[in-house]
Amino acid sequence: MKSKVPLYLLSLIAYLGMPLGVIWMNRIYEERHVFVLGMPLLLFWMVLWILLGVGIMLLVHRLNPDNLEEEKEATE
Amino acid sequence: MSHQAISISIIGIFLVLALYLGIRASKGKKMSLEEWSVGGRGFGTALIFLLMAGELYTVNALMGISGWAFGRGGAAFYNITMLNFIIGYWLLPKIWKYGKEHHLISQSDFFIKKYNSPALGIFVAVVGFISMIPYLIIQLKGLGLIISEASYGAISPTAAIWIGVIAVTVYVMISGIHGSAWTAVIKDILIVVVVVFLGLYLPIHYYGGIGDMFRAVENAKPGFLGLEDKGYSTSWYVSSLILLSFGYYMWPHGFIATYSGKNARSIRKNTLMLPLYMLFTLFVLFIGTSAVLQVDGVSNNDIAIFAIVKQTFSPWVVGLLGAAGLLTAIVPGSMLLMTTASLIANNVVKALRPRTDDRTVMSLARWLVPVVAAVALIFTFNSGSAILLLMLSGYGFVSQLTPAVVTSFMKRNPLNKYGVFAGVTVGVLIVAYINLIGATMGTFFPAAPSWFQDLNVGIVALLANIVVSLIVSTATRSLSASRGSAAAERAAVKGA
Repeated sequence: MKSKVPLYLLSLIAYLGMPLGVIWMNRIYEERHVFVLGMPLLLFWMVLWILLGVGIMLLVHRLNPDNLEEEKEATE
Repeated sequence: MSHQAISISIIGIFLVLALYLGIRASKGKKMSLEEWSVGGRGFGTALIFLLMAGELYTVNALMGISGWAFGRGGAAFYNITMLNFIIGYWLLPKIWKYGKEHHLISQSDFFIKKYNSPALGIFVAVVGFISMIPYLIIQLKGLGLIISEASYGAISPTAAIWIGVIAVTVYVMISGIHGSAWTAVIKDILIVVVVVFLGLYLPIHYYGGIGDMFRAVENAKPGFLGLEDKGYSTSWYVSSLILLSFGYYMWPHGFIATYSGKNARSIRKNTLMLPLYMLFTLFVLFIGTSAVLQVDGVSNNDIAIFAIVKQTFSPWVVGLLGAAGLLTAIVPGSMLLMTTASLIANNVVKALRPRTDDRTVMSLARWLVPVVAAVALIFTFNSGSAILLLMLSGYGFVSQLTPAVVTSFMKRNPLNKYGVFAGVTVGVLIVAYINLIGATMGTFFPAAPSWFQDLNVGIVALLANIVVSLIVSTATRSLSASRGSAAAERAAVKGA
């Protein structure tokens, strides 16, 4: 079985990206009142990370060796 | 027709439709306890997805989040998070697999097998029960508020709660999880259509567009769309995002929904779709924000959504919103009722009297449904302030099970049954205490810097739980070793 460590690391990025980024985003917003795509920066950041998080996890899902193994088990 | 008659008829039609579909879904199925509560483990991705997502589109999602956006601005944005799906992606397939191998139908079964302790199973059932009752009460209170608002006051909250509870009780008794699944389908379609429409229409109607709306709010209330410096500050926000990601999958009915999956892959796919479903919250936030400069003075932020919709639209739209609201209370409500009833029948009564046969357990579960509903009703109508505060703690209670579930999948579980029992008890007591006295981090650490005081206070309970679990497990290791825990270890190794 292939190592799942890289997949865990990717998952960690998907998990931490949103909360850690909020710290800077709110600071920038307080100083400059930035709007992106019509949304206040903080809200944009949340939406962006939902999409990024799903994107990263879709990649993880494609690479996840468990899926292949289960398929093998099912056809056996 | 009068305003009331129009909106009440629309709500009534959807109620009848939901009941009809729920009852029809159970026809032609032999109802064993496994079939009744986990759908015979035969649901594909789509239905499981709807059941899990039913947990997201609750009364709170509709009324609470729009109310927060209306009253607290930027702090409400945390509601759009779905960090829990990443935890779920890795954890749920393991729970599913373990459940399938051992024919588990409840969360207690999971703990009994993993920790080789029937007593722990009963304990977990009790924790689940005290977490779900407050949750059920929130749904009922929300239901009352929605119907009385949507009927322009023609139906009192009390009458609305009675109607809703009777409807839910009947269809849960008849159809079990199938009822929940099919009603969830209508609920989700209706709520998405209504919320997306309102979330786009209201900003355009009042401000010319979504961007224009946010700018107008920012100009009128500078800083409202960011976080506060103190209180609902950045450190509160970040710690809440992380803390709230732990408890989501720990509800007893979350386990049931997981068990009802067809295979591990469909469960994984499901968790990946959940955050997209959550984007719906964005439109709820738009609705709440649109009310900021248009609605003044509501008795309760939770009804801001009805205030803006009533002042903008004809009763037809109010009725549709009311129907969507009714279903967001009924679907999670039915899941809660069903789970609570089978929890008591299967994990408390049968655990205490193992010779009870499955047919008796099944009919006991069925007849416990109205009993549980009655208990929730009593609390709903008589909740004094202390109970009202405890209500907020349901999520905090179930989160305490997270460490024990996660460590049970480790090759060498550092926790044993004594540790889990002690740790969860401490965690639950701290959560109750925090909610009763309205504690913050500042209560426990008055000298700490302000960013620390703003951290979500739930962290204290979870950390205390982990520390106590570890200490007690280590201290009792020799004890459990001498009492034949070799069997437990063998079981644990098999499970991992």
